[in-house]
Amino acid sequence: MKLGFIKSPLLRYLVVRFLLIFPTIFILVSMVFFVMRAIGDPITAALGGRLSPAQLAARIHSAGYDRPVLTQYIDYLGQIARGDFGRTLTTNQSIGEVLATYGMATVELTVYSVIVALVVGIPLGMLAAHRRDTKTDASARIFGILAYATPVFFVGLLLKLVFGVLLPILPIAGRASLTDELLISSVPGATGFYLIDALRTGDPALILDVLGHAVLPALTLGLLTAGVFMRLVRTNMIGTLNNDYVDAARSRGVSEYRLVTKHAYRPALIPVITVVGMQIAVLLSGAVLTETTFEWKGLGFELAHFLSARDFVAVQGIVALLAVVVAVTNFLVDVLAAIIDPRIKY
Amino acid sequence: MRALTKVFSSGIFAAARGSRGVQRGMLVTGLILTAFFVLMALLAPLIAPYGFAQLQIGKTYFGSQQPPSAKHLLGTTVGGMDVLSRVLWGSQTALLVIIFAVAMSIFAGVILGLVSGYFGGWLDRVLVVVADAVFAFPSLLLAIAMSIVISGGRSGLFSGILATSASITAVYIPQYFRVIRAEALRCKTEAFVESARVIGASHVRIMFQHIYKNSTRTLPLIMTLNASEAILTLAGLGFLGFGIDPTMGAEWGYDLNRSVADVSAGIWWTSVFPGLAIVLVVLGITLVGESLNDLADPRLRSRGAANLDEQEIAEVVPNA
Repeated sequence: MKLGFIKSPLLRYLVVRFLLIFPTIFILVSMVFFVMRAIGDPITAALGGRLSPAQLAARIHSAGYDRPVLTQYIDYLGQIARGDFGRTLTTNQSIGEVLATYGMATVELTVYSVIVALVVGIPLGMLAAHRRDTKTDASARIFGILAYATPVFFVGLLLKLVFGVLLPILPIAGRASLTDELLISSVPGATGFYLIDALRTGDPALILDVLGHAVLPALTLGLLTAGVFMRLVRTNMIGTLNNDYVDAARSRGVSEYRLVTKHAYRPALIPVITVVGMQIAVLLSGAVLTETTFEWKGLGFELAHFLSARDFVAVQGIVALLAVVVAVTNFLVDVLAAIIDPRIKY
Repeated sequence: MRALTKVFSSGIFAAARGSRGVQRGMLVTGLILTAFFVLMALLAPLIAPYGFAQLQIGKTYFGSQQPPSAKHLLGTTVGGMDVLSRVLWGSQTALLVIIFAVAMSIFAGVILGLVSGYFGGWLDRVLVVVADAVFAFPSLLLAIAMSIVISGGRSGLFSGILATSASITAVYIPQYFRVIRAEALRCKTEAFVESARVIGASHVRIMFQHIYKNSTRTLPLIMTLNASEAILTLAGLGFLGFGIDPTMGAEWGYDLNRSVADVSAGIWWTSVFPGLAIVLVVLGITLVGESLNDLADPRLRSRGAANLDEQEIAEVVPNA
């Protein structure tokens, strides 16, 4: 694509990058469709054995699964283009409703864990780069590798063991205590983001309860990504600390602390933005496992629930929806990176 | 494949010789953990006290959730199986999945990468967009979708291992594809490819003889990444109930899934041991990969090794 009529190269890049979202979504949605259709029709998978063959055939016919796959595919693409991701078989909700009910819980968990990851990962990475090849550096790197090597659900189980059983100071399941959950969801105009809703009631007990429930899941999912950030910041920081301008600053008598926190840190942080975006995919995989471990009723928890109920229409809908989320997030991150970093070639 | 093992092993030995201090410590720890894991997998039938699905000796049942004792060194699971035996047998499943997954991803990724990079054109463009889309997608979700298709969920040992490996393969092909494609693009303009073409070598021969053998330098690193991701994905699938049937084989992720309820009751031995097994294996393989990566990147090499003369740097980074 030349798009010669757009003069600004940045704008041209943004337009091309925006247009690229569509083939990406198209490829992922098609892949999910054909992969899921390869097992036969989803109605037999979910309800086979529970209905008589005649009833099954009637359900299959009314849902249109006896038509040629290609017709179904074109239909499905049309549906997706209108923003309709289908209806679940077992609970007969639209995927849109599932998203409205559970989506915010996943957003809340993801926000918390990105905060944990940045707060833990960036300072650790800076420290490790500054004290390169010392014991501090080695411990920070071992932390980074361990954070990657430990499956999220095992971190979750360990935290549950330590803070829920050995030192029972934190709740280990759910998003809030039962009574508080009722209070929060009855707040007028509830957003579903429990902390925001709790803050709006202004009840300190409620806020503490919501925060307490969030600590362990947020740590679990956050530590996974903290390791990635730590390694990234360390590597980039080592690169920037070797630059001439850092040497120049050092020879002017700038303190080591100021060198790390002011001079070397900005260029080292730009890649973090790109990686936060790439981590969205990792975070979503992790959210499914974290939510299952902590009974955090979000999209991932629901996905696991639909999987065990063999409701593959729901699974297909949620997975396709997440594909859209991932494609759009990656676009936004690329835009942000292009605007912030003048060195990016477009 | 032989060329690849040669690159891999010579890479490790060169790395072990060139490393110092912390980096050598990391590499050696990684190698020991990995060797220990492979031994455990090979010797599982000899050293495991019981079978992975054994519930009783004669007429006496082991009992469910028994704490560690002389009879069951690591206790028993909620299903009444011996935890130690399942941890040991589980290493066999994990090793098989790694071998199949890595072999299949390399095979498919290398061929696609070579063809795409060498011929270019519209096929190349389509493959790149598809690979990017798959690469950006949450890998666990893709693996779940694949495993539903291949095995319809739960399955026997061998079909389960194949299904899991194939799911992991689908996720990792793009990584090999990207690297090999980039290398093929770099190599195809070099003089030796030109000369091969002049003397009438076929496309296939140029791709697999001339280009492939010059593009293997980054493969060992991706292989270690792929192997550790394979274990994590296998465990994730098992944890969500998409693994191998417990009567057919032992799998750590499944055991962790069954231990979620135990944890709230303070029963720690059913989750801690399979979990530790996963952590140590992934840690071992990752440490090897990390060290290889650091030693290949002059910016990251330890200061002790940083004042190499130019010749040595050229040795570590071939074709630089």
